[in-house]
Amino acid sequence: MGPLIPDIISPEWNNIIAIVLGIAFGYVLESAGFSSSRKLVGVFYGYDFAVLRVFFTAAITASIGLLFMDYFGWVNMAALDGLPARVYPIIVGGIIMGLGFVTGGFCPGTCVTAIGIGKLDGYVFFGGIMIGVFVFSEMFPLLENFYNSSNLGDVSVPQYFNMSPYWFMVGVSVIAIIAFYVTLQIRKRIKKVEY
Amino acid sequence: MKINPDKQHVYWNPYFAGFLMGIILLLTFYLTGRGLGASGAAKAIVTQTVHTVAPTHTENNTYYAEQFKGGKTPISNWLVFEVIGILIGAFISGSLSGRAFFRVQHSPKITSRRRLWFALLGGALFGFGAQFAKGCTSGAALSGMAVLSLGGFIAMLSIFGGAYLFAYFFRKLWI
Repeated sequence: MGPLIPDIISPEWNNIIAIVLGIAFGYVLESAGFSSSRKLVGVFYGYDFAVLRVFFTAAITASIGLLFMDYFGWVNMAALDGLPARVYPIIVGGIIMGLGFVTGGFCPGTCVTAIGIGKLDGYVFFGGIMIGVFVFSEMFPLLENFYNSSNLGDVSVPQYFNMSPYWFMVGVSVIAIIAFYVTLQIRKRIKKVEY
Repeated sequence: MKINPDKQHVYWNPYFAGFLMGIILLLTFYLTGRGLGASGAAKAIVTQTVHTVAPTHTENNTYYAEQFKGGKTPISNWLVFEVIGILIGAFISGSLSGRAFFRVQHSPKITSRRRLWFALLGGALFGFGAQFAKGCTSGAALSGMAVLSLGGFIAMLSIFGGAYLFAYFFRKLWI
């Protein structure tokens, strides 16, 4: 039963596996065009919805896969690393990240792919990330209470709403397909941007 | 390297790329029990640097100190290795398509200098915000959503919601 580390594959392999998975992730991100800030922000201005398509397809593929593996007993989905739902800190952090996205044009992962192909704006963005992390860490004593507030724990959406995870997944997939279709129509109406 | 302008802007079909990315993410969970990420690597570099310069300072700050728990060194974090991988993978993909060379990419309507200042600002905001959410678009939103975690869905909605909220004010940077 998964995860294979540490019981089936020894933990010494963990960092090697990290590099291999990272290479695959970086290769796909770059091939999808995510090393281009102008392509990424297209999703916010309606001229390129690649971010939405890639992101939702990836999330849905992974979660349907995990639901199957959980069903067959290959992995215990509830035991995997989730994100503790600290509701308000995540909302505040998310909105700040959103502002960072439209000003900087990258998110941390995509900025690394931009660095990989020599985009200087990617280097500068990564420098910015480090400044942001440093400022947060130094301010942590002031932010600590808020940071730990409104924590609902590592709960899944189907658990929280007390519904079947399978039906939830059907719902997410339907929403994604509608979003894919609607954004296709929007893009046809918006002036093309060359980048 | 010779640049082939025909291939430079041809990217994969987004659904194909998304499907492969989903398989990689699935494999990551199956092998290691955790998801993919990126901002955690920047956090590790910052913490390690601050620790090297001022070790007592990192011991007194709970946010830094947490990363040393159990004798750990932040810089040997799983995400640091994974991000080195992303760098290599992107370089391979970019080289094969003639996209790997030094430049600043920006809209023709703004200068490179302006682009770089906003990249710095955006990076700082992203790095700051990611700490609240314990991760960025990959670590919190994508990996969180893959395991259906409530936190992951909230992170995704607030990152994209936040971006749409402010997009209008920064449109001149891009279009």
